[in-house]
Amino acid sequence: MAETLTQKIIAHAAGRDAVAPGEIVTCSVDLAMIHDSGGPRRVQPILEKLGVGVWDPDKVVLISDHYVPAVDAESARILDVTRKFAAEQNLPNFYDMQGICHVVLPERGHLKPGMFVVGGDSHSPTGGAFGCFMFGIGATDMAGVLATGETWVRVPETIRVEVTGGMPSGVSAKDIMLALCARLGMDGGAYQVIEYAGDTISRLPMAERMTLCNMAAELGAQTGLIAGDQTTAEFIRKAGADPGEVDRWQNDPKAPVRETHHIDIGALGPQVAAPHSPANSAPVAETAGVKIDQAYIGACTGAKLIDLQMAANILEGRTVATGTRLLIAPASQKDTAAAASDGTLATLTAAGAIMMPSGCGACAGYGAGVLADGEVCIASTARNFKGRMGATTSQVYLGNPYTVATAAVAGEIRDPREFLE
Amino acid sequence: MRTSGVIAEAKVWAYGDYIDTDVLAPGLYMKSSMEVMASHCLETVDPDFVPNVNKGDVICAGKNFGMGSSREQAAQSLVFHGVVAVLAPSFGGIFYRNAINHGLMVLVCADAPRIATGHHVSVDATVGSVYVKETGMQYSCEPMPEHLITMLADGGLVPHLERRFRT
Ligand code: SF4
Repeated sequence: MAETLTQKIIAHAAGRDAVAPGEIVTCSVDLAMIHDSGGPRRVQPILEKLGVGVWDPDKVVLISDHYVPAVDAESARILDVTRKFAAEQNLPNFYDMQGICHVVLPERGHLKPGMFVVGGDSHSPTGGAFGCFMFGIGATDMAGVLATGETWVRVPETIRVEVTGGMPSGVSAKDIMLALCARLGMDGGAYQVIEYAGDTISRLPMAERMTLCNMAAELGAQTGLIAGDQTTAEFIRKAGADPGEVDRWQNDPKAPVRETHHIDIGALGPQVAAPHSPANSAPVAETAGVKIDQAYIGACTGAKLIDLQMAANILEGRTVATGTRLLIAPASQKDTAAAASDGTLATLTAAGAIMMPSGCGACAGYGAGVLADGEVCIASTARNFKGRMGATTSQVYLGNPYTVATAAVAGEIRDPREFLE
Repeated sequence: MRTSGVIAEAKVWAYGDYIDTDVLAPGLYMKSSMEVMASHCLETVDPDFVPNVNKGDVICAGKNFGMGSSREQAAQSLVFHGVVAVLAPSFGGIFYRNAINHGLMVLVCADAPRIATGHHVSVDATVGSVYVKETGMQYSCEPMPEHLITMLADGGLVPHLERRFRT
């Protein structure tokens, strides 16, 4: 029987020859990622109740990103709990204030094809870009994993998204996802696996593939997945790790799919999601002219080096409009350093961008840069739910980094292609 | 009542498609106690449920039961009222995990919408069979593995692990 990549990874983790979609199996977890918000402060009380510690400290990665740097006594306390947990549990892989978990995890070489990984965060599907089966679980589930190194999973089916054609100027992976959110809706993923394939995907760098898998969460999928290739292996080697058997972790030809969706990227322009859902996406022309107070380039799905470079493309030789503010929180310390050395950072600051620390920042309203009542923002983040970025009456639009930078310069939402040569 | 994956002649509460987490645990009461929250469970689709539900009852519903948010209270509200199982053709993915972790049996059963309120069902989750007393119909559901049935019997993930680490 032809098998999907998902079936192969789950069967391997379950110690079985094969598994069928719909079957429930128990898997050994290769890696568990937790962060300051959903991690130690929520799982520690459960571990204490059970009277056990972390099953294997080498297989746990702890990252502080949601509350960094502390903005008040409560966030400082949460970070203190996080740091003490790392010390008490002897966790060798603790990245403190190094950037957003979903970006830091692969950047430090922790992911490779074929792994079965759980993350204590809803955007954990990001890891699927590396050919591993990685999905998000809640705190109770995570405590169980940390105590035992195991979890159960119901083998999902695969929904295939085939993307073909050359990426037009002013368009990025974010637009593919916003268009898919509009087309399939926020439950179109039906808690199955969304697997991306096609010639466009083969040419995409890892950072863009991560954006595709990240936002599988917005489609209600259990996770996103992209089979590994040369690009994957190179990224992992550069991160100082061994990519392992990339050729082994592939779909069989004729592996079963539940449904297939096609996207011709050549025909796709920049998309913007209107408040308060990514499913309210439409071509940028629909929202052009909306005045904005704040433009925000940040989050695991919108502030990696490549995103900063897209913004710099627009901002080169231009300045942020009067009455508008542009906040930029790079996704990781490494991305910040890379942007500093290739000149991107200088372009951003020359245009008047306010640089912020690497971390979740204003994305989910935990850090600095949140919105006041009635304020309008356009962000390169993944979600624009009501009140997520600040006051409940604030309005958040989502767009790719070109579109966000264009809005900062124009003071209103505009088609970024007007600003690109 | 339920023992080792077997439910005998449980009274059914039947509902339609897309019963979401806001219907099961209304967001309005998220800051209230479990008791207050549970007293509003399903009230927007069936005001008779809370006053009349009994320990050991089951729910048979349409597709995508429990869709919506990740709030664990959606499953906990049903457990609070003593509901032992939900049968539906499909479930919201996060609800499905939360339900099992909180000791609520959830069974994927394509024919669940054929079962009506007031009917009595007998279920064997290990083999995946559902029998309706009133109609005499026998349906199948996706079976549940032994160890998850044990976890359900223990009352969910945390009580299950407590037992496991105590022995
Ligand atoms: S950047 Fe935003 S979406 Fe990403 S992990 Fe942080 S809060 Fe979540």
